[in-house]
Amino acid sequence: MSATAVPASVSPNPAAQRRMALVIAGATVISAAAQILMKIGMNHFSPNLPALVTNLPLIAGYALYGLFTLLMVLALKEGELSLLYPIISLSYVWVTALSYFIFHDTMRPLKLVGIAAIMAGVALLGRGDRR
Amino acid sequence: MNSTPLSSILLVLFGSVVGSFGAVFLKSGAVRLTGILSLFNWRLALGVSLYLGSSVFYAMGIRRGQLSVLFPMVAAGYVWTVVWSRLFFHEQFSRTKLGGLALVLAGVVLVGLGS
Repeated sequence: MSATAVPASVSPNPAAQRRMALVIAGATVISAAAQILMKIGMNHFSPNLPALVTNLPLIAGYALYGLFTLLMVLALKEGELSLLYPIISLSYVWVTALSYFIFHDTMRPLKLVGIAAIMAGVALLGRGDRR
Repeated sequence: MNSTPLSSILLVLFGSVVGSFGAVFLKSGAVRLTGILSLFNWRLALGVSLYLGSSVFYAMGIRRGQLSVLFPMVAAGYVWTVVWSRLFFHEQFSRTKLGGLALVLAGVVLVGLGS
């Protein structure tokens, strides 16, 4: 996750906006997969080089995370933040659901309310420049 | 998986601070870009290094504890980034932005309490 690039020029072309929205929605699935793989990798982390270079889930997780970052930079260059940020916050839905099914994370109401607040906050931040 | 240790939460939050400085240096490097050769400047290099560095703190953070607690906490980085944007680049806080920040911050606290 990163809150970097603010596009210098925003293209008003609706078709381009829709395309970027789809790219970013797909990218959130990649980002969620990256998170799950990194977690699996770090669950049996040991601090030595042979273990690190053979930690395939960790390496795959980092690779997917890199791909996600690249897609995000490309999409943010073309698309409007107010459209893209709410879509980016979909990653929280995927990661939370996958953590529940794969790692059996607990789902307390307070946690779910917190995640919903973060998603709403990220969506609002995307609209921030409009005032 | 049961509870999430405080040390994991602190590592992830520290990573989010490091990453937000990455964004600051990427931005200050990017505004100075003039041609292809200016891509190799210390600000961009530092920005990328801080980004990579932040992911190491994050990875160490998720060794223990619940991913559904620790991953949403990365969003704290949005808060730091907006604060640095104001401080270093004199960007305006709009009311919408402040509302977004407050929600993210409240969410991170709630996720922590709910862990």
